[in-house]
Amino acid sequence: MSVLVYTESEQGKFKKVAFEVASYARAVADQLGTSVTAISINAEDPSMLGTYGVTKVLNVKDTKLDAFNAKSYAHVINQAAAEEGSKVVIVSSSADSKYLAPLLAIELKAGYASNVVALPTNLSPFTVKRTAFTNKAFNETSISTSTKLVGLSNNSFGIKEHTTEIEVTHYSPSIPDNGVHVESVDKVTDKVTIADADIVVSGGRGLKGPENWGMIEELADVLGAATACSKPVSDLGWRPHGEHVGQTGKPVAANLYIAIGISGAIQHLAGINASKVKLVINTDPEAPFFKAADYGVVGDAFEVIPALIEKLKAFKAQNA
Amino acid sequence: MKILVCISHVPDTTSKINFSEGDTKFDTNGVQFIINPNDEYGLTRAMWFKEKQGATVDVVNVGGPETEPTLRKALALGADGAIRVNTPALDGFAVAEQLAKVVKDGAYDLVIAGRESIDYNGGMVPGMLAGLTNANFINTCISLDIDGTNVKAVREIDGGKETVNTTLPLVIGAQKGLVEESDLRIPNMRGIMMARKKPLTILEPIEASTETVSVKFEKPTPKGAVTLVSPDNLDELVNLLHTEAKVI
Repeated sequence: MSVLVYTESEQGKFKKVAFEVASYARAVADQLGTSVTAISINAEDPSMLGTYGVTKVLNVKDTKLDAFNAKSYAHVINQAAAEEGSKVVIVSSSADSKYLAPLLAIELKAGYASNVVALPTNLSPFTVKRTAFTNKAFNETSISTSTKLVGLSNNSFGIKEHTTEIEVTHYSPSIPDNGVHVESVDKVTDKVTIADADIVVSGGRGLKGPENWGMIEELADVLGAATACSKPVSDLGWRPHGEHVGQTGKPVAANLYIAIGISGAIQHLAGINASKVKLVINTDPEAPFFKAADYGVVGDAFEVIPALIEKLKAFKAQNA
Repeated sequence: MKILVCISHVPDTTSKINFSEGDTKFDTNGVQFIINPNDEYGLTRAMWFKEKQGATVDVVNVGGPETEPTLRKALALGADGAIRVNTPALDGFAVAEQLAKVVKDGAYDLVIAGRESIDYNGGMVPGMLAGLTNANFINTCISLDIDGTNVKAVREIDGGKETVNTTLPLVIGAQKGLVEESDLRIPNMRGIMMARKKPLTILEPIEASTETVSVKFEKPTPKGAVTLVSPDNLDELVNLLHTEAKVI
């Protein structure tokens, strides 16, 4: 009956979201008066999940699962849920988890609530709060099936330490041959992804051209942040599509979102609204983004950003 | 190749979002509805298949009569036929069940559905539909080439992309990248005239169960006023981000 949580890893290392979903699973399990079991696939050190309240790990090691496959992974998690008799299954909102979750929901015959931002507000019926209308609203949704699948929104609950004794059990589920095969993965490995980043530095058309992105990248480097851009910037081909954030791009739920030269169209705001603190730098004091911001600087990015980089470097040096 | 494009009927991206009936229903008053943007990228890609390698393209929506103008727009953009399953879209699973019936009866080779709708953002219909019809599935698909029944596709992942191969039948979760913003089309007069004569078939729903219930909506609490910092006083900004916001 334990709560089952899928703790994602990549090349043997747990992703940041794994610790967040584990922390969330622990809190849900406390509400339900049960324990937390994690299903871990090809992670090197599953015992570290004990720091976040996981009491048992079903540890899968199989080269057939080296490349992510949504159907195979869903099949493995489904078997783990059956093994544990879990009625609540928790996944993250990473691209991979959002890919496998609907397939898993069908296998589990579970109602699925995605983009969940808080602990259940009610256990009977099982009710969760999720974002809707691209962050322009919240929706309370109850799940009526006996098994429930919850997709936790990234960076909504936070990572909470709760050290427990942990038992790591070798687990070998059946792995069917599946129809989608990975040929190659093209991923920048030395940069923080938008999904994982605590801070996102985003540039808009106000930067005038792709040649001016050096200072955006430098600012991101100083802060350990991911870089992003507005829709017009990706449409103009100044930056790759993967950086486009907003309603039709990637959602951002960072601790700090820095918007530079972005006016703040409603579609852009919707996509980044889940970020906790917003800093806007724009020459136009009338830019709508200032209404949605926590901090603002009315000024020319070409002067403000280099100066800010120097100030931050000094700050980092002092606080190192 | 038979292609089915699933069309969600959603409020325009600039709509003000309000709720009625004690915050339980979306208030459609004064709201303009459009083809869900992720579906529109998919529909445009489907038209390219039709024009470049031959395909029939049908569009489908699960919803009441109010969604028909959105389906007519899809026909005006070049779809051959439209299907409306006459039942309100209550949850992702129930919609996927209705669509699965349409997919099986129509023996579609390729089903394109937006990776998520911009209203409920469930992101579950494409995957559930693949699960229910036992088709291959590629989510957040940004490139798709089909030769016979062989498929080569690119999926957007966190921080990059992944190239995969698979075979038909296939369901994809569509998004920008599949075609570019500048590739999207505006219906012309001829398209609009022709759309009036194209078939819009109304199907009665099968019995489908819901798995989730929308209880109520709530709008985020309004923000306080912005704290403006002079560009000459960036030390103050760094200090605020550190001591007040605690984000650096």
